[in-house]
Amino acid sequence: MEKMARVTTALGGNALTGRTMFCHLDAPANAISVCRDAAQVVVAGRNIFKIYSIEEDQFVEKLNLRVGRKPSLNFSCADVVWHQMDENLLATAATNGVVVTWNLGKPSRNKQDQLFTEHKRTVNKVCFHPTEVYMLLSGSQDGYMKCFDLRKKDSVSTFSGQSESVRDVQFSIRDYFTFAATFENGNVQLWDIRRPDRYERMFTAHNGPVFCCDWHPEDRGWLATGGRDKMVKVWDMNTTRAKEIYCVQTIASVARVKWRPECKHHIATCSMMVDHNIYVWDVRRPFIPSAMFEEHKDVTTGIVWRHLHDPYFLLSGSKDSTLYQHIFKDASQPIDRANPEGLCYSLYGDLAFAAKESLISSDSNRKPYIGDRRHPIFFKRKLDPTEQFEYISSSSALSVFETDMESGSMDWFVHTAKQYALAGRPLAELCDHNAKVAKGLDRNQVAQTWTMLRIIYSSLGTVSSANLNHSMGKGSATLPLMNSFNLKDIPSGLGSESRLDRSKGENRTENILMDSSSTLINNEDNEETEGSDVPADYLLGDVEADEDDLYMMDHENPHAEEQEYSLPQEAFPLRHEIVDNPSALDHLQDKADSPHVSGNEAETVSLTPVESFSLISISHSLYENRLPTDFFNPIVRDTLLFYAEQGDVQTAVSVLIVLGDRIRKEIDEQTQEHWYTSYIDLLQRFQLWNISNEVIKLSTCRAINCLNQASTTLHINCSNCKRPMSNRGWICDRCRQCASMCAVCHHVVKGLFVWCQGCSHGGHLQHIMKWLETSSHCPAGCGHLCWRARYRRSSAAPWSGPTPPSPTPSSCSGSPSPGRSSCAGSPTTRGRALPGVCGAAAEAAGSGQAGQ
Amino acid sequence: MEEREGEVRWDGLCSRDAATRAAALDTIGQAVLRRSETIAPVAAVPPARAADGLLVPAARDGLSEVLARLLMLSKRCPFPDVREKSEAILSGVQELGIRIPRPLGHGPSRFIPEKETIQVGNEDTMMHTLFADSFAALGRLDNVTLVMVFHPQYLESFLKTQHYLLQMDGPLPLHYRHYIGIMAAARHQCSYLVNLHVNDFLHVGGDPKWLNGLENAPQKLQNLGELNKMLAHRPWLITKEHIEQLLKTEENSWSLAELIHAVVLLTHYHSLASFTFGCGISPEIDCEGGHTFRPPSVSNYCICDITNGYHGVDEIHASPTGSIPSTESVCEVEALMEKMKQLQECRDEEEASQEEMATRFEREKRESMFVCSSEDEESAATRDVSRHFEDTSYGYKDFSRHGMHVPTFRAQDYSWEDHGYSLVNRLYPDVGQLLDEKFHIAYNLTYNTMATHKDVDTSMLRRAIWNYIHCMFGIRYDDYDYGEINQLLDRSFKVYIKTVVCTPEKTTKRMYDSFWRQFEHSEKVHVNLLLVEARMQAELLYALRAITRYMT
Repeated sequence: MEKMARVTTALGGNALTGRTMFCHLDAPANAISVCRDAAQVVVAGRNIFKIYSIEEDQFVEKLNLRVGRKPSLNFSCADVVWHQMDENLLATAATNGVVVTWNLGKPSRNKQDQLFTEHKRTVNKVCFHPTEVYMLLSGSQDGYMKCFDLRKKDSVSTFSGQSESVRDVQFSIRDYFTFAATFENGNVQLWDIRRPDRYERMFTAHNGPVFCCDWHPEDRGWLATGGRDKMVKVWDMNTTRAKEIYCVQTIASVARVKWRPECKHHIATCSMMVDHNIYVWDVRRPFIPSAMFEEHKDVTTGIVWRHLHDPYFLLSGSKDSTLYQHIFKDASQPIDRANPEGLCYSLYGDLAFAAKESLISSDSNRKPYIGDRRHPIFFKRKLDPTEQFEYISSSSALSVFETDMESGSMDWFVHTAKQYALAGRPLAELCDHNAKVAKGLDRNQVAQTWTMLRIIYSSLGTVSSANLNHSMGKGSATLPLMNSFNLKDIPSGLGSESRLDRSKGENRTENILMDSSSTLINNEDNEETEGSDVPADYLLGDVEADEDDLYMMDHENPHAEEQEYSLPQEAFPLRHEIVDNPSALDHLQDKADSPHVSGNEAETVSLTPVESFSLISISHSLYENRLPTDFFNPIVRDTLLFYAEQGDVQTAVSVLIVLGDRIRKEIDEQTQEHWYTSYIDLLQRFQLWNISNEVIKLSTCRAINCLNQASTTLHINCSNCKRPMSNRGWICDRCRQCASMCAVCHHVVKGLFVWCQGCSHGGHLQHIMKWLETSSHCPAGCGHLCWRARYRRSSAAPWSGPTPPSPTPSSCSGSPSPGRSSCAGSPTTRGRALPGVCGAAAEAAGSGQAGQ
Repeated sequence: MEEREGEVRWDGLCSRDAATRAAALDTIGQAVLRRSETIAPVAAVPPARAADGLLVPAARDGLSEVLARLLMLSKRCPFPDVREKSEAILSGVQELGIRIPRPLGHGPSRFIPEKETIQVGNEDTMMHTLFADSFAALGRLDNVTLVMVFHPQYLESFLKTQHYLLQMDGPLPLHYRHYIGIMAAARHQCSYLVNLHVNDFLHVGGDPKWLNGLENAPQKLQNLGELNKMLAHRPWLITKEHIEQLLKTEENSWSLAELIHAVVLLTHYHSLASFTFGCGISPEIDCEGGHTFRPPSVSNYCICDITNGYHGVDEIHASPTGSIPSTESVCEVEALMEKMKQLQECRDEEEASQEEMATRFEREKRESMFVCSSEDEESAATRDVSRHFEDTSYGYKDFSRHGMHVPTFRAQDYSWEDHGYSLVNRLYPDVGQLLDEKFHIAYNLTYNTMATHKDVDTSMLRRAIWNYIHCMFGIRYDDYDYGEINQLLDRSFKVYIKTVVCTPEKTTKRMYDSFWRQFEHSEKVHVNLLLVEARMQAELLYALRAITRYMT
């Protein structure tokens, strides 16, 4: 009591004290309300009805109002409100439709005062008149609002909402006679309490139920409403027609809104479902909440500002059975984490950069950067000077830097994306293939990574690290260049190389700063330096004997070759012609630590698969279980992180997909998701739709997989009349012809169907491809130039499956997206006759349906 | 390959353009006649026999399906031109000496005399629009539609939702959607829906192998089997662990959006199965059991009619609207109205205590389990539907026999309006809105009539029915006095509701006839709409609550 008194006096001096704190309730709360003196809070729910006093650093339970042996539904509260005039007076709305008032001044344990059983359905909301002591208003599911005089037994007046359920009622703070009611059908009504026959005004505020409303404490005309449509709207009621002046779009349906005291434009909200946070918005800045309280673990059901004139303390109750006091200074402020600068690359290396104007002009270092020959373009947005926004910076500048085509070329990216194999073959093959692809594009480091991955993972644990280490050691002995290259140094080794790699491969960052000439020089430099890297490459071994042209060092160091060559081979599946001779076996047994096979021998003598198998099994038994492949996981993870960091998210994602479960657990979901989205975004910008679909399909990331499940409808045009096909069947309504005839052989196409987006003609994939080898015109003779050159360059245009530019077939179709050949559908699911219904047309044109 | 000789294409018929339809019909007619001619000469050899009516069976070469479909069109197409023309084609075929099919059964419903239902061709403009829409979307006008059209306002919303679920944007591939529909309908051995969707499933390119049983479907769909079973019979047992199992399995896992889509489909088809049985929907004319090639003299009624105690000569049964009403049923409506009035007036006087209210709910819930039909007739399934689900024994019946306790679900804590809607709309955009509309229309539908009485406020009765169904699923409304249910719903009505909602396959014509004897058929269909929607919402609430719990 003493403490309470202290707080109360403190309030007189307008200084609430306290800290962020919480207490456990026994049951989920449905609503909370504070006492006028800001020292006590009442919590009500289905199984709880208690009063807590708010101490300096804790909540203390003061009173349990649920008394009596038998639990009564009258205690099951949907809403509670504490009178702001009389601190002994409370009212609750029970789920069974009863309105109860409570008098804390009663001497008995049971504080229940009055019981109004006039509503037929659940009462959603009760509200005391702000200045009148005895006036109570209730709104119920049965569509009625009732006004009670607490001195009488029955309601004074009843307001009918025409059988629409009432979700909230609020007395206007300034207008003595006015109250607002919100309805399940999206309407808001204004009533005069003296006129129960009809409402004064009505307007539709939301699409779907309006769950809550709140009058602005200062401005008499402002009413905030929140609805199931995830919007908070602020209405100016001064005009004849209610005018929406602000609108905040939240991420979930809005359960409560409460204006923040003393801050004209701030409003606190919490949501009904899914989202557990409490947000405080500046309504003028609807895109980012100005403060956020993230303490609750289940939906917040009640929020209330602790004191009418204190904007820093917010109380909240939740379904997670906790009561919180939030202090504003502890709130997380998303604005701090938001990036005020924007930076974006275009596809061809152009860079756009937006930042505060002041930041750009004041930073003299940036000047030359901008003033480069790349013609920055400036945009300026001056805000209305009369508006004094607290947070919003007054203007920002946008600069665009163009790169010239040559240096910004991303061909390597496109080629890699197209040629990489990500699934469908054994891991080793995939790695090999991809290594080859990377090599072919002069991306040696990436190639090497692939090779390493194959060694690490495809050997089923047979390649022990000791083994690896050993050969590396050997390598370093024979190759002075490599003396620092051992297992531990792999990451650092990669690091140093990739710096070069980056400046070579990813001109995106540097090119902006550099002249093209300097870039060129740089590239040459890289090539030179990379010469020295070859041993590393070679060391980790490329088994493909026919690739020895890549290894310049071979001839200089034949011995080393012998040493190294065996490594991959022992771990290698029987795909290649494995070559060996008996002496190699002896050799192997002699030197148990390093089972090397002579490269020369490998080239000359070929062994039958059976024998080579025996070789493998031997090495298997010898080196098994020394080191599990898991051992390398951290290194591989670091490698991937490194690549992603370098901007080569392509490599990171490709490795992730190829390795699948082997590495997935090592990298946290969010990072993976981030990589995937970046890569998919890049692919789509290059219009590599098929590849992006493949990536989406292969990804193990839930959020990514979902990408394919939206807008799964493909719209197609008839190839004859070029008008849209109705979504039923595959015969065109208008010209009554089968839409999917092959333009070359004039037969119905079953299975893969490819068609030109320009003229809608198409046919069997094989036929069209053959046709286009000799002609560039449309086989249907329509005169359209179905320009084969372009077809070759980009898989998306002009020959492609569906008409919309971005088909995103669902991943669950089981067929590989609209195929690498830019076709839709898989032949296996289509080649089947339908029972007399649509016949061949359905099957053939069904290919357009791969999205389903 | 060129267009197959005699291939019949139906697509043009769905067009709203009369010329297109006419052209399509011509092609069909030619194709059919061409194919018929290949068979006809055989028949022409013994002309005498053909005259006897022993015509050549058309079973060969899939012609019989084509003919059945033509028969369906001649009866059920909303466009008169198509009806006439298909009839002409059929008689043309008959002239060639080939046996043509003839519809079995009596109108779209076995329970409602054909003359009571809306006849295709007699519909008003609004109904015609609906028919045309439905026909354009599905290529047929099914019996469900023909029965639901008693309530066109609802039908519109129903068709829109169903169309969206099956054909529009959604995370699941088309053949999955139909397969899930089959799974759900098969849970209640609803051969009608299974037949329909087997055709659709094949039409959209589904693998016929899957139809041999759930174990032939992909693992992903098999995983759904458990949820299907629980949703259909004991939705209150669904926990977040079940959801987790579906979502978290390494392979074949469902995404949240897919799961919501699947759950909506499952609940939709469970409740539609209830409707099908509750209104005694007859097999489609062009489906198995909807037509016969046998001449009329051989047998006059189909197997289903026999098993349901329904005889071909329906004049024996007093029609439910009662041309010869018994004295007992005269008072029925009046008594009910009297009770409603009393309840409305007296509710303040008789203050039931809180415990009393709680007991009433519990009692109603408990009793609802024992309300059971005394008749244990099995309806004959025309297609072996049991192969689509593994465990036939697992039914609602089980738990009532074993007296299992249904936990109470507080409607105020998780309601469709506040919670369910938001979740569905978040994961499967637009569907929340469509379902919301549908629930709303079903719940609020009224013509303010009761049998012959006009201007009656039926809200109390509708609420009692709705809440009684929810009560069977353990869903309790704090603000409802469950004593009202006992006052308003008599035993035979409860038996009917209970059977239709929980074990729809056991519904018989006798049950349908024995409740509310004085009411119109359209009102009984109205009751069925309430049952359908209340059941769907109850199942959805349980499933969505589990998903919400999984998400938090």
